[in-house]
Amino acid sequence: MPAVQVTDVAKSYEDKVAVSALSFTVSPHEIFGLIGPNGAGKTTTIRMLMDIIQPDSGVVTILGEKPSEATKARLGYLPEERGLYRKLTVIETISYLASLKGMDARSIRARADVLLDQTGMLPQKKKRIEELSKGMAQIIQLIVTIIHDPELVILDEPFSGLDPVNTERVKDLLVDLRDQGKAVILSTHQMNQVEAVCDRILMMDNGRAVLYGALDEIRTTYRGHSVLVQVEGKLPQLPGVVEQREHKDHTELVLNAASTPQQVLRELVNAGVSMDRFEVATPSLNEIFLQVVGGNHE
Amino acid sequence: MNRTSLIIRHEFLHTIKKKGFIILTLALPVLVLLGIGIFQLASSVVTPDVNARRIGYVDHIGGFNPIYEQSAIQLIRMDSEDEATQALTQEEIDEYFVIPADYVNTGIVARYTLQKELAPPPAVSGAIEGFLDSNLLASRQVPRELIGRVLTPVTVVTTTLTPAGVEATDQGGFSSFIIPALFGAMLAIALNVSANYVLQSLGEEKENRLMEILLSSVSPEQLLTGKLLGRGVAGLLQVLLWAISIPILLRFASSTIGGFLNTIELPTGLLLLGIAYFILGYMLFAVVSLAIAAVCSTVREAQGLAPLFTMFAIAPFWFVSLLMIFPNSPVWVVFSIVPFSAPVMIMLRLGLSGVPTWQLVTSMVVLALSVAGGLWLAARLLRIYLLMYGKRPRLREIVKAIRAG
Repeated sequence: MPAVQVTDVAKSYEDKVAVSALSFTVSPHEIFGLIGPNGAGKTTTIRMLMDIIQPDSGVVTILGEKPSEATKARLGYLPEERGLYRKLTVIETISYLASLKGMDARSIRARADVLLDQTGMLPQKKKRIEELSKGMAQIIQLIVTIIHDPELVILDEPFSGLDPVNTERVKDLLVDLRDQGKAVILSTHQMNQVEAVCDRILMMDNGRAVLYGALDEIRTTYRGHSVLVQVEGKLPQLPGVVEQREHKDHTELVLNAASTPQQVLRELVNAGVSMDRFEVATPSLNEIFLQVVGGNHE
Repeated sequence: MNRTSLIIRHEFLHTIKKKGFIILTLALPVLVLLGIGIFQLASSVVTPDVNARRIGYVDHIGGFNPIYEQSAIQLIRMDSEDEATQALTQEEIDEYFVIPADYVNTGIVARYTLQKELAPPPAVSGAIEGFLDSNLLASRQVPRELIGRVLTPVTVVTTTLTPAGVEATDQGGFSSFIIPALFGAMLAIALNVSANYVLQSLGEEKENRLMEILLSSVSPEQLLTGKLLGRGVAGLLQVLLWAISIPILLRFASSTIGGFLNTIELPTGLLLLGIAYFILGYMLFAVVSLAIAAVCSTVREAQGLAPLFTMFAIAPFWFVSLLMIFPNSPVWVVFSIVPFSAPVMIMLRLGLSGVPTWQLVTSMVVLALSVAGGLWLAARLLRIYLLMYGKRPRLREIVKAIRAG
């Protein structure tokens, strides 16, 4: 059973279409990337999953049920617009927000200690939120999101404002959650983070899905017919190569339709070229993103 | 514990732990006590000073003598203005007056004092008047007892009867007005403060970007209900503490200071009506505050708009002097029915002239209907603007959004 099933969902605000004809599924044991430019409809989609707003049409199923107050206890949600009670202490904040998820006081205390320890935040337990740095507060928000052991975790821009150390902590946490069998939806602008942790993605633009599937498959689909080489000395003219593009520390060899990377590699070895790097050019998610939606936002 | 109860508990504890709440709860009874105490002390300190005067007089008609004791004022005959002036400058007397030969025709006496004052103290004027009246009457052989009655002709003792012709429980007067007036003032303060707490609570959560986190756990209705009840219970607790502590403090004060405070009591009916009006009034101001907080981006912005409504709670105090002169004017009936002014106006009128049952019922029904309407409006605005950050919509946009639903 998918953790999330969205079928032909649409949502409009007055005369603006926020989401249109959107369908996708998210399964347990996966990190699902929800990406797209500003105003693509990502946050509206997430709010519909969370039952904060209702779709105009279409069907949303969360953990096999229609989104409701009952399903909220099984979800963990870290919104993009997020904050905490500045005057409360860390443990008071966690206790109150976790109790709203249905946890009892004893479970909250035990689990809070584990998560605070795991994230290096245990010494801050009795400090007021206003005394914490932005990054620390964000870790507390993440703890609040997962303290009740939700089956589905939805994180909207979880890396914004985090330093590299905390970014790695959050990534490790996401991978842990996936390994525990949770379904994780990650919405972010940081394509490198999506590439690092996501199994499948949905790319949205103007409220519609423009790319959807396994990350590896998408990258293969968008792979160009070229190789990247870094050599000592000058490159000879090679059969099957129609263009050589010089980059800062490597050269991109664009192949004709009949040639393969293996043929080019053989030619280079036969020509006695000393190579430090040879790889089939695979576009980054950022390049695919720009390729797919860039033209619409110039 | 269900989620609404958790929110109620959180809001209640969060409110009563606030320094502002604690200070206000303690400060109001103390301030009231101080105010009454200072009034009593001032009057008890000032009065003996006025009464214990030695007043000289120079009689150019002849035959004027002290007939009655003038409380602590001593009247001393002087033979001439020069002698009187000398006695005054040497502080043998505090002041003197001269009865000229044509006094009976003109009614004018000349008074001399070393003090700069706005007008002669009432005790002094009264003493001089009594002295002159008694001497004039005595010169016409009016009996001494009659002179006493002329000097103090009447003390009106009023008894209020019920329509059935029996003595009413509430006999009116200043002592029966002061508690409703104090209660009205407490109500006005409590309504403003409580509504402000609700406004702050929602405003802060919106400003601190907590709304979406909370709504991922609870529904907007649970959140609103929890806030209304949690903050409301805190406000009610404050009013009850005032209602209980002030009479106790007044009784304590009356044993040490004395005076009219002994006669002050808090009728149970008034207390119950006060609580009922607090609950209804609080709900009304709270839902209005929630609606304001829903459309504003920051607490400060919301606090700027809230007084447009909450000032109606104190509006009855602007007209309190008119209310005392014309307690039965139909204008006050309108104030008692208009929901924003009703809670405080009813309290004030209960102390002055009483409020007919039909008006109490009407005002409560109108208040309850306004609360229901306000809740509907607030919920609608919250649904529309709860997740809006950054800019406040214009009134036209709000009206359009409410119509569109």
